[in-house]
Order: sequence, then structure tokens, then C-alpha cells
Amino acid sequence: MTDIPNSGASPIPVGSTGRSSILAVDDRTRRRNRAEARFKMYGVAAISLGILMLLILLTTIIGRGVGAYQQTFISLDVTLEEERLDKNGNRDLADIRKVSTFGYGPLLRDAFEQKVAELGLVTEVSAKDMADDLLSAGARAELRDFVISNPDQIGETESFEFLAASRVDGYLKGRVSRDTIANDKKINVAQLDLVDQLMEQNVIEKRFNMAFITGSDASDARPEAAGMGTSMLGSLFMMLVVLVLSLPIGVAASIYLEEFAPKNWLTDIIEVNISNLAAVPSIVFGILGLAVFINYMHLPNSAPLVGGLVLTLMTLPTIIISTRASLKAVPPSIRDAALGVGASKMQSVFHHVLPLAAPGILTGTIIGLAQALGETAPLLLIGMVGFIASNPPDSVASGLLDPNSAMPAQIYEWAKRADPAFYERAWGGIIILLVFLVTMNTIAVILRRRFERRW
Amino acid sequence: MSFVKLTTSALALTALAATTASARDQVQVAGSSTVLPYASIVAEAFGENFEFPTPVVESGGSSAGLKRFCEGVGVNTIDIANASRKIREKEIAACAENGVTDIIEVRIGYDGIVFASQQAGPAFTEFEPSDWYLALAAERPADGEMVANSAQQWSDVNGDLPAVDISAFIPGTKHGTREVFEEKVLLQGCEDTGAMAAMMDMGMDEDAAEEACMAVRTDGKSVDIDGDYTETLARIDSNTNGIGVFGLAFYENNTDKLKVATMGAVQPSTETIASGEYPVSRPLFFYIKKAHIGVIPGLKEFAEFFVNDEIAGPDGPLAEYGLVSDPELSETQSAVSDEKVMGGSS
Repeated sequence: MTDIPNSGASPIPVGSTGRSSILAVDDRTRRRNRAEARFKMYGVAAISLGILMLLILLTTIIGRGVGAYQQTFISLDVTLEEERLDKNGNRDLADIRKVSTFGYGPLLRDAFEQKVAELGLVTEVSAKDMADDLLSAGARAELRDFVISNPDQIGETESFEFLAASRVDGYLKGRVSRDTIANDKKINVAQLDLVDQLMEQNVIEKRFNMAFITGSDASDARPEAAGMGTSMLGSLFMMLVVLVLSLPIGVAASIYLEEFAPKNWLTDIIEVNISNLAAVPSIVFGILGLAVFINYMHLPNSAPLVGGLVLTLMTLPTIIISTRASLKAVPPSIRDAALGVGASKMQSVFHHVLPLAAPGILTGTIIGLAQALGETAPLLLIGMVGFIASNPPDSVASGLLDPNSAMPAQIYEWAKRADPAFYERAWGGIIILLVFLVTMNTIAVILRRRFERRW
Repeated sequence: MSFVKLTTSALALTALAATTASARDQVQVAGSSTVLPYASIVAEAFGENFEFPTPVVESGGSSAGLKRFCEGVGVNTIDIANASRKIREKEIAACAENGVTDIIEVRIGYDGIVFASQQAGPAFTEFEPSDWYLALAAERPADGEMVANSAQQWSDVNGDLPAVDISAFIPGTKHGTREVFEEKVLLQGCEDTGAMAAMMDMGMDEDAAEEACMAVRTDGKSVDIDGDYTETLARIDSNTNGIGVFGLAFYENNTDKLKVATMGAVQPSTETIASGEYPVSRPLFFYIKKAHIGVIPGLKEFAEFFVNDEIAGPDGPLAEYGLVSDPELSETQSAVSDEKVMGGSS
């Protein structure tokens, strides 16, 4: 803005020919035009770079994560032998429960061997190596659960579709090949040959895996069984706590500060501090939560309630700031009109200002919630990382108080684990998290578009 | 206003939470990230086979776990601490100060520590502890003086090793694994090369000499990894010459990317670790608060289940995952069922 020509007498530069025109393009103008063109180009380049990065990010996430939504299944017919499962033959649940998952191993071995014999496949793999290495370690538990809930089926032969072990699944997904398993102790080439044969017979199949979305976390011995469901519920309960606490507190604080509070040094300090709080790194709230909620108030460890409280602290400033901004955007004439017809200050706020500011408040709240949903750091400190999300909650109280993880913490945990199959699930989890975030942000945008009023 | 109602109900809920916090029905475990996979495998199987809920296993490291363990007795403290090393005297004292006196120590088995590099990288196939000492020591004795380590390439320390730059990724000091690495590799190498004796000749006392043996150079040739093995793996993936320190179980899950080197001419495997031939291994433990047995449902059952032959035995799921099962498992089993506390008295 400093290069306004001020060349003395004539404001219009005079060319060497002596002719003058307003449109004369002299060096200086040309330079300025070039500078403008360059700046536009930088802008376009910056945006293209951003879009390119976003595309790379999205393709990487989807490319790596989409595998988690498919899983390999093996169908077997298992004979539920009475002498193994219910020695007394009286179908007493207490007796049936005494047979541990290890007792179901032989049934699976027999079933596998029988299947291979039935199909006339030739293999050197022993029945033990088939059942133990090709099937998920969770297959026994699945079988046991079935028997306990259907004790009358003992003695019958039932068809099951069991998850395949993570190495077999990796083979079908191209993650594992004959070259990569040279030193692998969990699977060998003969077993992969058998897998090929079983695939031809459609005994082994890769299908969509709902359990990844609805299931619980699984231990390192069976990555194929791990799912996001329980940690999704954990996140849901945390968001519930955040919503229930931060919306009323945040809105009440903003209304008071914006409409009722006197302007003095105290409110100024509060205002500055709220803005500062919004910039505090979330890990600080995590340490605070650990010290106050767990060590001092003795709330349970790893509980979504505590996570929700910590995230409330984090979300409050965001909500207060956006609420105050939307209250400020309501023109004073509305308040004046209300007061003019005899409304009290409170009536003017609650009957007129707040409804007009509501879309902005909701948008701010949803964005605050989305931020809290993706937050991991404070959760690390209150014990939400580890093998936590294993029991789906069965009631609201248990959802709030029983140990659970949250989606980002679960993703972090999976990314740390040794088996590469967990790595795929971490990317798959990111897709779910992103879907939630995009949905919440879209709702916020729609709300703003539809209901926001401009004056 | 509905706001008021909402707030009141939220507060009521919080109050409810505070009161119900006194009852807890699942076992809580925290500690070593090395023990975490084993503990989670057992917790999962426990949840499947018993009427108790699945225990919760948090990670965070041996020291952090033991610290929380020693915070006191009560339902808001953890019941079991996992550790990849023995509990220290200092920690026992800290425990006692907070009223945690009766501690049951359970050794679940052994874990091997392996040295692995990129599958396609230089031929790092055989190491001796002395190679690591010579490559990583901060200062080495030479002509009666301590001089900074000048080794740049592996071939400088041992002519049989490839002539590539030294680039080692070792566990950071917060890991229990670091302690084992220092004691079983660096200190051993220091003694083997005669550096230890040379330092003692220079007038250092034994403690100072040991400390000098275990001091790792800080000029960038050796990088401390404070994260997990996945971080070490990522570093090695992007560095052809990199060599990392891993747990055996982690290596066995990533044999497609890593190749392992022998240490002292012994190939690391569950067999060589069990027999004691492979030099770099350490026992894994968990510690139980005796005062919580009978208070937290399923605690004793979980501990007994953990050391059961079906779980921790040589054919159990833990051994399958990479744990070297303890040859003296039956003694551990009886110690757990008798609730034998540390220090002899009960």
C-alpha cells in the first residue's frame, strides 16, 4: 500500500514518447500487476498443495484401513460331543461351564480334519496345526458360548463360521505371502497350500465383517477378533457427559458474561482467561483430571465419566467463546425492542436473544464435541489405553463407570501392538472416527446454513 | 428452565458415581508394556471362562505401574502391577509407607531381547556383547585415560561386521528393557573386552567402572526410543543400516520385515532362552496386593489362572505368543494358591 505514485507535479506518469494516458502501462504498474499475479499463483499453489495432501491422506487412510472391514471366515461343521462337553449327561449348566475353552480345542481339530477328509484334500498339515494355526483363537470361545446358551444342542452337529487366524486373513488380503513367512512360526507354506485348497472349495471366504464395527477389543493373540464397538460406546458416553455438563454451564456463563455482567477489571480478567484456557494443551487437562477426579475425588480409573469430565474442561472454553460470539451477533435493537415493550432483562434474553443465537451456539457446541471426540492426549493419563475396551457396557451406569476406552485411544493402542493385523485395524478405526467427525461437522454446517440469521 | 434440570441431573449423576465408585467388580492391572500382551491374552481367556468380567489391563511401563500399585490399598487403586523387572527395595519401601505391605510376587516366565535389522539391510547376523560395548560406549579407556568413543562404522569395532555406519535404536531409560540391555550386553561386553579391568587399573572403583561401562554415547550413533517397539520398527524401516532392540515376541510377529542376529553365537528362540544359552533375557513378573484378595472379586482366580499350565505352560497361548515359560512354574502355582507374600512372612 506504500507504492502510490507521488511523482510531484503530474500524477500520471509520462512516457518517453510524450503521449500520456491513464491506461499507460509503465514499469511500475507492470511490476505491481506481476506481483499480484504471483501472489494469486502462490495462493492457488498453496490450496492445490493442501488438496493434494488431503487426497494423499485420504487415499492412504482408506487404502490401508478398508481391509479391516473384511475378514476371513472358515465354515466348519462341529460335532458337539457329549462325552467332552457334558460328561454327566444331565445338561447342568454348572457342569457345562466347567469345561474351559481349552476343552473345546479337540472338537475343532476333529471338525477340521473331517472337513479336509470330506473334501478329499491332500495335506501334510496335522489336525492340531490346522485347527490351532488356521482358526482364530476366539473360535473355541465362540463354540463354548454357543454351547452354554444352547445346552440342548449337545450331541448334535452344528455348522459354524469361525474367524480365520490373522495370518490366514493376511494371506487372503495380500499382506502375508509365501516369501514373507520364511521365518514365521505361526504359519508355514504347507498350511498356506491347504488354505489355497480350502479357498477353492469355498470353505475359506473373505466377507464384510460387521464385528469390526460392533465388537470389543481383543488381545494380542487374536487381532482378527478386535472391534471398535465397545470403545465407540465409551466415546458416546463421554460425549454425553460433555454435552450434559458443558452446554448448560457454557451457555449460562456466556449469557451472564455477555448480557448481565458489569464491565470491570474482574470480568476482563475472566474473559482473558477463558480465551487462554481455549489454548491450553489438552494433556494439561489430562493431568488435572488425574489429580482431581481420580486421586482426590476417587472416581474410578478408566471410566468414561472421568474422561467426559476432563473433556468437558477442555470443551467449555470453546463453547463459551462461540456462544458469546453468537450472542454478540444478535443486534442490540432486538434487546431494545423487547425492553421497550416492557420485557425484563431476563425475558429479553431468554425469549428473544437466546433463540436467535441458538443456531450459532449449537454449531459451536457440535464443533467443540467433535474436537473432544478426537482428543487422545488427556485419555492417556486417566488410564484409557491398554486392554480396556473388552466388556461392552450393559447399562447407563456401567457405561459411565466401568472401565472403557475411547475411539482415538483405541486406535492409538492398536497402532502400538506387535501384530501387523492390528495396524490395519488402527487405520480402519481412523475411518470410523473420521466418519463421525465429518458427520458432526456437516450437521454443524447445515444448522448454520438453515437457521442462522444475518442482520 | 430445562438447563437447570439438566445441570441438576448431571450433578446427581456425578454424586451417584462417587458413591458407587466404592464397589468395583473387575480386576485392574497396570504396568509394563512388555507384559501387557501376555496379561491381555490371559484377561481375555479369563473373561471367557469365568463368570467374572474381563480384567482391565493398562500399559504405561513397569515403573509407572509399580508406582500406582504402591499408592495404597483400596478399590480405587490397582490390584496387580505388571513388571518386566523385579520390584526394587525403594519401591517396596514406598509401598510399605502407603500401607501396601503384603505383596505377592509372581514370575510368569522369561522374555528374550533380540537385535534385529531390516530384512534387506546389511548382513548383521552375528553379534557379540563386546561389539555393542565397543560401538555404543560413551568413553573407552585407552592408555590409562578415558577417551571419547571414535568408532564410526561397525567394521571399526569388529572386522567381521559390515562396513556401514553405526546406527542403533535402543530402548529409552524408562523401559525395563534398557536395564537388561545395559547389564547383559554393555556390561558384559565391557568385561569381555577387558575395558572394565583397564578402568579398575586406572583407579576407578567398581561402581564407577560399571557406570562408565553402561554409559551410552550421545553423539547420535545411538538413539533412545521412548515409545514402543512399533516406533523402533518404523525407524528401522526408514534406515537401512539401523539395528534395533526388540522383544522376542515382537520380532516373531514381524519376521517379514526384520532379520535377527545371533548374540554370542546363539540364535534367539524360546528354546535357547529357556535353556539359558541365549544371554539376553529377563524374567517377567506381576505383583498382587494381598489385601485386595477377597475384596475384588476374581482377583485370586485371575492370578491362579494366569500361572495355570494351560495358560503359562510351554504349550499355552502365552508361549505361543513368545513368552518363554518358566521351568519352575509349579512352584509359582503353589506360591499363588498359598498367597505367599514377599519377604518370607505372611
